[in-house]
Amino acid sequence: MLEVKNISMFFGGLAAISKVSFSVNKGEILALIGPNGAGKTTLFNVVNGFYQPSNGDIFFKGTKISNMKTHRICKLGIARTFQVVRPLRRMTVLDNVIASAFLRTPNKTRAEEIALDILAFSGLYEDRQTLSKALPLGKRKRLEIARALATQPDMLLLDESFAGLNPSELNESVDIIHKIKAKGITMMVIEHHMRVIMAISDRIVVLNYGQKIAEGTPLEIGRNPIVIEAYLGEAADA
Amino acid sequence: MKMFRPFIALALLALVPLLGLSSYMMHIFILVIMWSVIGMSWNLLGGYCGQVSFGHAAFFGMGAYTAGIFYLKLGVSAWWGLPLSIATVGIFSLVFGFIVLRLRGPYFTLATLAIGEVLRVTAENLQGLTQGNLGIMIEERTWITKIWYYYVILLMAACTFFLIKKVIGSKLGYYFVAIREDQDAAESLGINTTFYKTVALCLSGVLTGLAGAFYINYMGYIDPQVVFPLYDISIVTVMVVMVGGVATFWGPFVGAVIMVVFSELIRSIPLLGEAHQTFFGVLLIFIIIFLPNGIVGDIKKLKRLAGIRSA
Repeated sequence: MLEVKNISMFFGGLAAISKVSFSVNKGEILALIGPNGAGKTTLFNVVNGFYQPSNGDIFFKGTKISNMKTHRICKLGIARTFQVVRPLRRMTVLDNVIASAFLRTPNKTRAEEIALDILAFSGLYEDRQTLSKALPLGKRKRLEIARALATQPDMLLLDESFAGLNPSELNESVDIIHKIKAKGITMMVIEHHMRVIMAISDRIVVLNYGQKIAEGTPLEIGRNPIVIEAYLGEAADA
Repeated sequence: MKMFRPFIALALLALVPLLGLSSYMMHIFILVIMWSVIGMSWNLLGGYCGQVSFGHAAFFGMGAYTAGIFYLKLGVSAWWGLPLSIATVGIFSLVFGFIVLRLRGPYFTLATLAIGEVLRVTAENLQGLTQGNLGIMIEERTWITKIWYYYVILLMAACTFFLIKKVIGSKLGYYFVAIREDQDAAESLGINTTFYKTVALCLSGVLTGLAGAFYINYMGYIDPQVVFPLYDISIVTVMVVMVGGVATFWGPFVGAVIMVVFSELIRSIPLLGEAHQTFFGVLLIFIIIFLPNGIVGDIKKLKRLAGIRSA
């Protein structure tokens, strides 16, 4: 579904990503892990069109999307969430999701129906009239997901949607991820939470210093000595 | 009940000429309505879409000069300026938007500040077209009485109000607010932010231009200092909305009433009248500190204060 071919991204002389290739298959959840500063979010920004890659190409459903504008990529079916949540602060939760739902329909009533459906799906229905800046962090993270879902994507990029959640919120979010997968939406997930990674992902790509150092199933990655070394035992509490 | 409020307001305003007010009072009413049209159009761009313009005089003056120049050069009625200004201001906004809407936040604001001044200087110097500082005078007035001018501008205000209400409740409105709240997030939700900002700028510009075209018909005279000034048009436009309430439907009306009445009152005070802009400054400081959302936006706060006082 998504093919990343030999992507490099330079900021001045610094290579934030160098020659990374991998692909995401339809319907699977691919986790992107790596120590801080490994280039995970940069990679998302490249896929999502915020950055133009310095080298390499990205194909989505056979179409070349590198060098395409962000809103066009979203229209093609890639939606994302932000690591630092970016709700439309002075809009209610419902209006946030309606604004996204308008991507696929010009009709207000229809957009509102879609939005209400998605709010129910992501467990935010009760909070629909709350101003999004008043939501607690856990729910804001879920609002990010709801908003991305409202654009009716084929592929979802989740950037640390679990960071900073308490255990019960974490379980809710994992449930939602499973439900999204059941809908047939492909996902690429950045995550530090090893428990979550192991629970949800089909395959894992490990980045370190902008390079891909490993790729495989959770089990393979957990045993991979290079990965363990990259984390210097940081993953021990997982 | 709330749904009918605009209609009730419109009906009441339509009855105003029957009160038999003096010509001066009618003039005040006309100015208030005209300023609310300008305020509403600024609000669409600045309040809802978050693109703060300090150069709305550019659109206002362009609308007025469109009517003036066609009258002067082709001898057609200056009222043709209303439909014609839609075309000229529309095209101008499109070109201007294409250039400056890649700028964000304060940089966009500075660009609008510049364009207003650029147009003023242009109008002063293109003497062959605009007669420069001599200005353009409409020789024959359409109506002696002010009543019909009042109804024309009231109709324009009503159309503007309902148009903006319609826009804000639709996909466009949601996109505008999304862009205001977070442009990058909006872009990643599939919103073509450049396109929708241009739409907001064009709508806002055209509506302001219409007010300008009305102005020349009503006043019968324009020159660059009258329709392109930074203080008396661009800044007052921003103040109308800030005082009334940014991103509210009724804010521009409340703001227009306060600004027009306030400036007329101050101007009538001997000696102090010259310094009316100073008073605007003080008013703006007061609003920013105590009512940052404007009178309509902070109505709850005002009510609470009033409640404490009466208790």
